[in-house]
Amino acid sequence: MRSLRGFAERAWLVAAVVVLWELVTRAVNDVYYPPPTTIAAALHELWFSGPASHAFLTGQAVDDFSTSLAHLFMGWTAAGVAGVAVGTVMGRSRILYDLLNPVLEFMRAVPPPTLVPFFIIVFHLGATMQVVTIAFGVVWPVLLNTCDGVRAVDTLQLDTARVFGVGRFRRLAVVILPAAAPKIFAGLRVALSFALILMVISELFGSTAGIGSRLVGAQRAFEANPMWAAIVMLGVLGLLFNTLFMVLERRLLAWHAGARRLT
Amino acid sequence: MAMLQITGLTHSYGGDHGVLGGIDLTVPDGRLVSIVGPSGCGKSTLLRCIAGLIRPTGGTLTLDGSPIDGVPDDLAVVFQDYSRSLFPWLTVRDNVALPLRRRGMSRPERRAAAQEALESVGLPDAGRRYPWQLSGGMQQRVSIARALAYRPSLMLMDEPFGSVDAQTREDLEDLLLQVHRTQKMTILLVTHDIDESVYVGDRVVVLNRSPARVHADLDVDLPASRDQIETRGLPEFVRLRAEVGRLVRGGGRSPGAEPADTGTASDIVTDE
Repeated sequence: MRSLRGFAERAWLVAAVVVLWELVTRAVNDVYYPPPTTIAAALHELWFSGPASHAFLTGQAVDDFSTSLAHLFMGWTAAGVAGVAVGTVMGRSRILYDLLNPVLEFMRAVPPPTLVPFFIIVFHLGATMQVVTIAFGVVWPVLLNTCDGVRAVDTLQLDTARVFGVGRFRRLAVVILPAAAPKIFAGLRVALSFALILMVISELFGSTAGIGSRLVGAQRAFEANPMWAAIVMLGVLGLLFNTLFMVLERRLLAWHAGARRLT
Repeated sequence: MAMLQITGLTHSYGGDHGVLGGIDLTVPDGRLVSIVGPSGCGKSTLLRCIAGLIRPTGGTLTLDGSPIDGVPDDLAVVFQDYSRSLFPWLTVRDNVALPLRRRGMSRPERRAAAQEALESVGLPDAGRRYPWQLSGGMQQRVSIARALAYRPSLMLMDEPFGSVDAQTREDLEDLLLQVHRTQKMTILLVTHDIDESVYVGDRVVVLNRSPARVHADLDVDLPASRDQIETRGLPEFVRLRAEVGRLVRGGGRSPGAEPADTGTASDIVTDE
């Protein structure tokens, strides 16, 4: 009951905005600004009018979502693994940090979409280019956050581990990475939302499946409804991923929130 | 048998300003030795040298006859700052069991040993909780349990009761005495609290200020079974406390005091 009321308190403004949007777009009646109900209908027709046996997904939806999401998660996972690995090594080695930090700061400052033309030349149009674009674009927040987190591990925690004979590699797994985990997770969360953006951008060029390619296809065909459907779909996906990630983070880092609340 | 032997230990953190200026100290097996000195006199540096966390600039340290080079296997430390030395992402039981893996114990053995150690510090039901869910005094009990479970031959304590309130402090002092008695462990306790050094120690070593040297080494001739109210009222306790207090403030030995057996005349240095 209370949670229902809490939900109502938070959701009423969203509902009000949607209703207002519906009323205004109906009054204006411009083909490029379809009302939300029309967008919902387009969403339904494009992706969610499939048979019940396929969870109501259309063949189109299976193609588009599986392509887009596979690229998204491959790129994000590769960036996550590489970012944590390199960030940890850099965070533990003063020499490597001093050597690599300026280079990495520069590479991070390069807007990832500007590299798409280069990646197209190297990897040609296709899945590899898309995954590389995503991975390269989102590795920085993970890498730099991991590096920061690893460098900031309390020396007393490290001394304690040393005194009690926790060996080098176990120290990494039991002390250093858990201590850096709050920062690593913050980096991964930022990376996830970047990954969605880069997924769309990478699909705008010469791609035949994927939500982004649907978006640009609809735009080129002057079909406002599917275009809006793709935009809304991407917004919903972003929200969904962020929520899922926050749930995961809250579970895994419950100790962090708990310890911080009490001290 | 000398458990810990320190000869001519010197250390300086770069530059020529020495922190330790030639410390000689012998801790026999099974004793509880308090090290007391003015704050900033290098007590913690001494302790970190013994723990193998820093390599001293000069002198030798031997533990059980073998020179200390790196962190010794057989040594545990209880730090003052329990909230930082316990890992917040591990449960209390996992914190206590963490160092036991290299003792070649299986998982059930580690858990049982952790539980036993927690029981011996009066926390039989805390295993599944997280350190930050416990009070400061309880957290320091967990640190002590971790050190006990490790079964070290030497336990170092760096101002272990400096961050808890007075009542908890007395409880923890009694816990330490009980642990020392029942487990026959050799303990070196660093403190700046003069009362505490006398109350828990078999022996009190007074350091003087930078560079630290052994200023005096006094035997504590109090009954082994001690009581917060009674022991602190004994004439011998009052005398020793006054004596240590004078020495910490840089005074010499009082004329009537008998020389301690381990201290030598050359240890008695007046402050500059």
